[in-house]
Amino acid sequence: MIEFQRVHKAYKVGQREITALEPCNLQIEQGQIYGLIGHSGAGKSTLLRLINRLEEPSSGRILVDGEDVTALSPKGLRQFRQKLGMIFQHFNLLSSKTVADNVAMPLKLAGQLSSDQIKLRVAMLLDRVGLTDHANKYPAQLSGGQKQRVGIARALATSPKILLCDEATSALDPQTTAQVLQLLNELNRELNLTIVLITHEMDVIRRICDQVAVLDKGKVVEQGPVADVFLHPKHPTTQRFVFEAEQLDEEEMNSDFERVQGRIVRLTFQGDATYAPLLGHVARKTGVDYSILGGRIDHIRDTPYGQLTLSLVGGDADAAIAQLQSAQVTVEVLRG
Amino acid sequence: MNHFFSNIDWFDIWMATLDTLMMLGGSIIFTVLLGLPLGVLLFLTGPKQMYEQKGFYAALSLVVNVLRSLPFIILLIVMIPFTLMITGTSLGVAGAIPPLVAGATPFFARLVETALREVDKGIIEATQAMGASTQQIIFSALLPEARPGIIAAITVTAITLVSYTAMAGVVGAGGLGDLAIRYGYQRFQTDVMVVTVVLLLILVQILQSLGDRLVVHYSRK
Repeated sequence: MIEFQRVHKAYKVGQREITALEPCNLQIEQGQIYGLIGHSGAGKSTLLRLINRLEEPSSGRILVDGEDVTALSPKGLRQFRQKLGMIFQHFNLLSSKTVADNVAMPLKLAGQLSSDQIKLRVAMLLDRVGLTDHANKYPAQLSGGQKQRVGIARALATSPKILLCDEATSALDPQTTAQVLQLLNELNRELNLTIVLITHEMDVIRRICDQVAVLDKGKVVEQGPVADVFLHPKHPTTQRFVFEAEQLDEEEMNSDFERVQGRIVRLTFQGDATYAPLLGHVARKTGVDYSILGGRIDHIRDTPYGQLTLSLVGGDADAAIAQLQSAQVTVEVLRG
Repeated sequence: MNHFFSNIDWFDIWMATLDTLMMLGGSIIFTVLLGLPLGVLLFLTGPKQMYEQKGFYAALSLVVNVLRSLPFIILLIVMIPFTLMITGTSLGVAGAIPPLVAGATPFFARLVETALREVDKGIIEATQAMGASTQQIIFSALLPEARPGIIAAITVTAITLVSYTAMAGVVGAGGLGDLAIRYGYQRFQTDVMVVTVVLLLILVQILQSLGDRLVVHYSRK
């Protein structure tokens, strides 16, 4: 478990003090995939680097499995870092070393295994990420997706419990992004690996995260389970991220609203409710007619969801809403 | 043709070539031994680096710059008492090596610093994130990543040293430069001058192509 207790970070630039991160509290449970989303300069990169102290906090405590990492000695810090994996946007592989030597590097630095044991472990890791055939190549000979898989193998070499991902898919094309996210998802399940990732794409959060924190100008403005934050964004910054990801346009929606009559409601289905033939059933029973103004149906990590915006005309609209609510559908009335 | 080469004593040329090669070899070894750590130190304490030390870096920089801006011919003479202290002589190959090293080390250290700055900062960060000590960062990441740049720096420095060895001839260091000055210039023996110049050119060519080959061999980008 990773716990931020009133962690604050400020830089001094000349006489001025610039706040990179306002005092923040976060809790990341073991085995979770925790997403930090924000625009560039929002402080997400700082927040991530505070965990392995590539950035030093100005105040506050960071506990990892109950241990205060802000109090570690230089030697203690090095040992702590060996138990943490990290992957990067630009992979940061050593161009002078082969794929196998890159993966072996954390093990050699830790100096606890014999060279035979290291060879074995490297072979296993490369097999897991599907790069056995590329062991003796140099990073420059690989594609972006392959490089990131080398990065992942290297990060996992010392069997860490926590993996930090710094915009790990931002330099990759959509298809490769999907593959890398899939791999992270599998590793999270197989190894009960805690993953903390930062991104500026809501889609990455939606696909693999359990929990999310939204950062804006050095402040955590919203946090919670991805389904809650994604389906009911409250802060303007979060709303913008969701709208971007879903290619929704608020103005367009409002002009649609003006052209229809009746009440406008937004229904959110999650889990099994997504598959139930609910709408037609309720409409028949209450005599309400509906038209669909907008909608999105997809998955949040593995949970299916649907969100539909409807206008309800005629019949007993109150009864319809009540019936939908009793079927585990969240109903928001956008226009009464 | 025979008439043109009449002044040449091929044995002298051969001995002078050996002297030049010895001065070059000796000085390049010491230059690398001293300049590489100095370059690493300059890099580490430089602006926005791991061990940024503004005052120390400024002082070190100043020393390096002063030594670099001093004309080598002056350095040769200024160094004489110091050379006597180390080697017991200011003449010959042994007497030439200290000033050669003093002249080339600051130059080489700057080139090393530049080569290290070319290493992607992300790689240093990744190595730190693995829990590497400073020593491990230098030897496992920085130097291997900067290897092509450092080899290029050694090549450039070696070629500079060739011209320095020729200059060292002025103060009695021996070698091809000495031959060129004493026979080619002072005794108007143009043929000696031509032969020494050609030999120096060949030496520079060999060094350059050897360096280039090694750089290509170690470049993985």
